[in-house]
Amino acid sequence: MRIPLAALIGLFFTALFFLTAIFAPWIAPYGMAEVVSRDIWAPSSAEFLLGTDNLGRDLLSRMIYGGRTTIFIATAATILSFTTGSVLGFLAAVVGGWVDQVLSRFVDLLMSIPSLIFALVVLSVMPVTVPVLIVVMGLLDSTRVYRLARAVAVDINVMDYVEAAKLRGEGRGWIIFREILPNALSPLVAEMGLRFIFMVLFVSTLSFLGLGVQPPMADWGGLVKENADGIVYGIGAALYPAIAIATLAISVNLVADWVLNRTTSLKGGRGG
Amino acid sequence: MSPVVKLLAQRIALGLLLLFLVSILIFVGTIILPGDVAQSILGQSATPEALANLRRDLGLNDPPVTRYFNWLFGVLQGDLGTALTSGQDIATQIGARLGNTLFLAFWAAVISVPLAIFLGLLAVRYRDRWPDKLISGVTLASISVPEFVIAYVLIFFVAVKLRWGVSVATINDSMSLGDKLYAIALPVAVLTLVVLAHMMRMTRAAILNVMQSAYIETAELKGLTMFTIIRRHAFPNSIAPIVNVVMLNLAYLVVGVVVIEVVFVYPGMGQYLVDHVSKRDVPVVQACGLIFAAVYIGLNLVADVVSILTNPRLRHPK
Repeated sequence: MRIPLAALIGLFFTALFFLTAIFAPWIAPYGMAEVVSRDIWAPSSAEFLLGTDNLGRDLLSRMIYGGRTTIFIATAATILSFTTGSVLGFLAAVVGGWVDQVLSRFVDLLMSIPSLIFALVVLSVMPVTVPVLIVVMGLLDSTRVYRLARAVAVDINVMDYVEAAKLRGEGRGWIIFREILPNALSPLVAEMGLRFIFMVLFVSTLSFLGLGVQPPMADWGGLVKENADGIVYGIGAALYPAIAIATLAISVNLVADWVLNRTTSLKGGRGG
Repeated sequence: MSPVVKLLAQRIALGLLLLFLVSILIFVGTIILPGDVAQSILGQSATPEALANLRRDLGLNDPPVTRYFNWLFGVLQGDLGTALTSGQDIATQIGARLGNTLFLAFWAAVISVPLAIFLGLLAVRYRDRWPDKLISGVTLASISVPEFVIAYVLIFFVAVKLRWGVSVATINDSMSLGDKLYAIALPVAVLTLVVLAHMMRMTRAAILNVMQSAYIETAELKGLTMFTIIRRHAFPNSIAPIVNVVMLNLAYLVVGVVVIEVVFVYPGMGQYLVDHVSKRDVPVVQACGLIFAAVYIGLNLVADVVSILTNPRLRHPK
């Protein structure tokens, strides 16, 4: 199997970011909220590789821990979005009737307003904590997964092997988990990368607006916000987390693009 | 009744129904959830008596259905309530800011729409050659980058290092149009970059879709000139998809505006909304949320109406 260069680069950076996130406490030279210098926004030096932040903390350490928070929240929200979205989508396709109608119309309604606006409305009354963020983002995004999962499952549901399973007298649980799920997996996995990127951008935007991860906990969007005041003095501290968000998103996009192309060409090769 | 009128009426009715349901959703979203407005205004240390008084004053003891309809009838009469934190009338506050937001979005649209269509056409013209590949590459990059990242990169390099444009976009009524445009140059540039990518990509796909259809091939085989093919066959069929693309992206612009206004400290609706979310000023959040939703639903409605009107199959019923 030949992997194109773009996908290789994407894989490399994605792996790098995830490994850094997992091993953050062992890699970061200083603690997450540890004030290590009296100089704020000190330039980079041997002691502080990326300099210090707006409170004299080591920026590199904040970046490493920040990546951990951002990636953790985005991953958790993606998993929640996928489980909810695909289970409900499959259910709607298999059961049909009013269950399908109610779920689909409700999803239409949720998708008729931008997720960011709805998230802001909800966050104005909810305490802004990490679990709340994950649940709000995951549930709002599950609408898109629901639509994809339902569309794929509707196609699979009329296949001969599903008919055969139904005639055998298998229950709905069997149909969903043993017949539809394995066949729907590849389009869903390809979509997963795109949803993950969306989550990274979503949580970063919320934190940037001051409505996501709360200080002193670090995350990339929050780091941009904290250091943004320096920009007008020509201090680029806010650009590092900004570039980190962009690099992660582009890398995952490159990988997702490749997976998407592979699965669609696979489908074409089978004559389906 | 002709099928066009019937379809239009259906679509508009559906839009209104959707807006009504969204208003319920926004209202329910802020009362059903386990937060307490009175508690968030007064803080954790508030005495039970103070909480009870505030709840009574805010009408929080009425049943939810009564509160919803009181709110809805107020909104329909242009009364958006008063802000909890400042005690000011929300409609007046929003009136001043909505104009600013529309001003920003208008100029972003004026620049990005023609540019996106032009670049989309260019990508189709040079399909799979380097201009197309370059455009796709840049598009992929800018889709993956959040608005505020583009904004700060531009502020840092353009406003601070090169000293072109200003990083804080303050405008007021006493400024001339030229001054206003100078003040919003950078935010407009960022918004343009953000929607340009999506719009171009979708325009390219829409035009390619038309150009690859069987009737274009037939027209080519008939020996029609390229110009005639485009004028008689490709253009009429491209209007609906392109208008759709434009409207979807203008709807997307509505959301982008929220973040951009915060970055540039611009006195618009987006900043007003974000400020009051952190202050937990629920009436303001409900009002802003409803207006953003209405604009979003409205633009999607316009897209559908245009595609109904430009569909020749519906205009000439058999």
